[in-house]
Amino acid sequence: MRKFLRRFYVFLIFLFLYAPIFVLMAYSFNSSRSRGAWGGFTLKWYRELFRDREILTSLKYTIIIAILSAVISTILGTAAAIGISHMRKVPRSLVMNISYLPVLNPDIITGVSLMILFIFANINFGFKTMLIAHITFNTPYVILSVMPKLKQLDTHIYEAALDLGATPSYAFWKVIIPQIMPGIVTGCLLAFTLSIDDFVISFFTTGVGVSNLSITVFSMARRGVNPKINALSTLMFLSVLILLIIVNVRMSRDIKAKKQREATLI
Amino acid sequence: MDEKLLELVDVSKKFDITEALKDINLYIRRNEFVTLLGPSGCGKTTILRIIGGFEQPTTGKVLFEGQDITSLPPYKRKVNTVFQRYALFPHMDVFENIAFGLNIKKIPNDEIEKKVKKMLELVNLSGYEERTIDSLSGGQQQRVAIARALVNEPDVLLLDEPLAALDLKLRKGMQIELKNMQQSLGITFVYVTHDQEEALTMSDTVVVMNDGVIQQIGSPEDIYNEPRNVFVADFIGESNILDGIMIKDYLVEFGGQKFNCVDKGFGENRPVDVVIRPEDVKIVGEEDGMLTGRVKSVIFKGVHYEMLVESQDYTWMIHSTLMEPVGKMIGLNILPDDIHIMAKGRRSHE
Amino acid sequence: MNRKSIIAYPYVIWMVLFIVVPILLVFYYGFTVDTGAGAKFSLENFRRFFEPVYLMVLLRSFALAALSTFICLLLGYPLAMILASKDFERKNIMLLLLIVPMWMNFLLRTYAWLTLLEKKGIINSLLSALNLPTINIIYTTKAVVLGMVYNFLPFMVLPIYTVLSKIDKSVIEAAQDLGANSLTTFKKVIFPLSLPGVISGITMVFMPAVTTFVISRLLGGGHYKLIGNLIEQQFLSVYDWNFGSAISIIMMIVILISMGILSKYEEVREGGGLL
Repeated sequence: MRKFLRRFYVFLIFLFLYAPIFVLMAYSFNSSRSRGAWGGFTLKWYRELFRDREILTSLKYTIIIAILSAVISTILGTAAAIGISHMRKVPRSLVMNISYLPVLNPDIITGVSLMILFIFANINFGFKTMLIAHITFNTPYVILSVMPKLKQLDTHIYEAALDLGATPSYAFWKVIIPQIMPGIVTGCLLAFTLSIDDFVISFFTTGVGVSNLSITVFSMARRGVNPKINALSTLMFLSVLILLIIVNVRMSRDIKAKKQREATLI
Repeated sequence: MDEKLLELVDVSKKFDITEALKDINLYIRRNEFVTLLGPSGCGKTTILRIIGGFEQPTTGKVLFEGQDITSLPPYKRKVNTVFQRYALFPHMDVFENIAFGLNIKKIPNDEIEKKVKKMLELVNLSGYEERTIDSLSGGQQQRVAIARALVNEPDVLLLDEPLAALDLKLRKGMQIELKNMQQSLGITFVYVTHDQEEALTMSDTVVVMNDGVIQQIGSPEDIYNEPRNVFVADFIGESNILDGIMIKDYLVEFGGQKFNCVDKGFGENRPVDVVIRPEDVKIVGEEDGMLTGRVKSVIFKGVHYEMLVESQDYTWMIHSTLMEPVGKMIGLNILPDDIHIMAKGRRSHE
Repeated sequence: MNRKSIIAYPYVIWMVLFIVVPILLVFYYGFTVDTGAGAKFSLENFRRFFEPVYLMVLLRSFALAALSTFICLLLGYPLAMILASKDFERKNIMLLLLIVPMWMNFLLRTYAWLTLLEKKGIINSLLSALNLPTINIIYTTKAVVLGMVYNFLPFMVLPIYTVLSKIDKSVIEAAQDLGANSLTTFKKVIFPLSLPGVISGITMVFMPAVTTFVISRLLGGGHYKLIGNLIEQQFLSVYDWNFGSAISIIMMIVILISMGILSKYEEVREGGGLL
């Protein structure tokens, strides 16, 4: 009974989380434009989606900006984390506290403050401003991902490498970087997904003709319901689901392999 | 001492497919200090958890003063546990930890205060009431865990390898303290350990376990001097274990010689295991020994020397207070009393 | 040693340009008024914020965010507990399913409710097909709260789940051993130990909820203006940067202070505790 109640509760919560998504998915195949009636199965909205220039360009910008900002902020942030860890106490805590600002501050404040800056400095709004904004809010997350790995690092390892004849740069690339790699990868992935998902900051820092998916969805939704968004949601949901399943399967396979290795060692 | 306080009847426990316990029958008397001893994975902790109520036996019963308590939840049992890694509540201070059980019983505050204070005195932690748990050393945490359990005045205290995380010196001290507490409070202790020395020094009764089966129950002296099988002999202390032939009652042959012994009832000309403690092998001149061997190595162990002596077909381990130089031929003698004969069985430990 | 800190300099320059300067500009605009003949220091913008109209907006934002956070906690804590219990099967899949909606675009998730709740939307079509009375909650506070709960619920569940699954099982057994039944064990041990998770859950729901302007715009229509909408309006339609900046400053200070208070509760927070 207890077990049944627990399962039923979990079922209800997941129903709440998934019902809206599934309804959207179902209606993306509905040939009738109104959502009340079912007008028969169709792929019309998917065809229209792929012909919609507005959506396609915003998709392109979303991906380009996500990749560029993830790569740049990973390099910038990793270098920063290493540098910061060598700073003296006062400048270090100053830099770290300022880096926390975009993380703690509401997105809307980061957004408007950057907007003021760009207008103040007379920079044309568009691709450039949006990219700068994304790098700005991504980099602190990279630093925060790399920093703990640097702290865990045994200082003697670097010294051991030098002791064994490695030059400082060799030791850096072959000893330090591999050890903080998990943090760098986490930071990079985090930056990529934050960039893809961002709406608020992009909304304030973009210009005419340049928008990402979130902005496009927002403006379309404000104009009312549009079956093309249903089709888009379906595709987005499926790609996220497939991506996460792949990651999860690989991770659990790694864990299993690790367990087996440990078992054979015993 | 004869009253059965706690009894396990035909208890077995299966986890998925592995059998953790097989047909355990065991009783514990009032005021007894019982130790469950065995290598890791032998089922000793599972027995403790079944007594504590954290696990249900797959089959069998748990009786407390003759009453069946098999399905009674932990919080209704008059049994308290000292957990292996203490399991102190990290969000409470020392006082709150110890007062936890008393608070639940709705004991008036001033009485709680008195009892906790007394307990802290008992475990030598007076004045630590307001300390947080993570500010305590391992040994101090251990004492709090013991006080937290004892303050409830349980009929039985279960201790799951409580000293495993302490360093050697602290462990020795705590062993004596625990034994003293048990005697002065008159509480039954059921103690789990894999440390044979700990078991021998503290217990009234030792239960040796392996592979979910009780190998032997007895006083420390019995277990050490009269191990019932090769596993117990091997696990408790160190042993020389040789293949031998029981020629007839009171006569056994091993190492090419016939020896008088005190065992009987194995039949005639039967292969047996012969167990001899290292300290029971007497070193004599080469010509006086029933067996001869060459000293292969000598290690100084503090109280005694540990020597490996190579004879015809067996390398003996010998403990002696006198040292013989490496390479010397010596004679070995063994008294009939010190020869333990065991039927060939499964050497489950190997 | 200090020589190595050079490689942080590119970021430090970036940080000054795009984090420090913008914030300073916000402060500059917040504390000045445009007189036509140039900017002049003034507290006028802050005084204006304390007019009842705007205070109501602030109050409404906090009330709605608090309500949503409370509902998330109420729904999310039991879920986290069930997921963290050791005998719950397919735990990994359920956790994955909890994360999937989080990864789906925030706008699309909100849009989904728009299509469900519309006057002639899916829920009402179903209801009228079954001859039941229709509901009209679109463009009301109810819809805004619903949207917030829907979007932020996983952010409440995950940190609580993480903390709960890290609690040493023997601590719970110790409580039972000392005579606590399930309810007492929960009240005295499990819940207090899960507080750090509850607090970070509250932070992760309340902060985005109190500053959102998307949910209120899409599901609340124009009627239910929140503080986020007010800021957006000042910058994008009224073009009163001075007032907008003042509201941003107030918002920022309130949030930084509350984060500071909350993080005191969390005591030992490891590295990127917010992630």
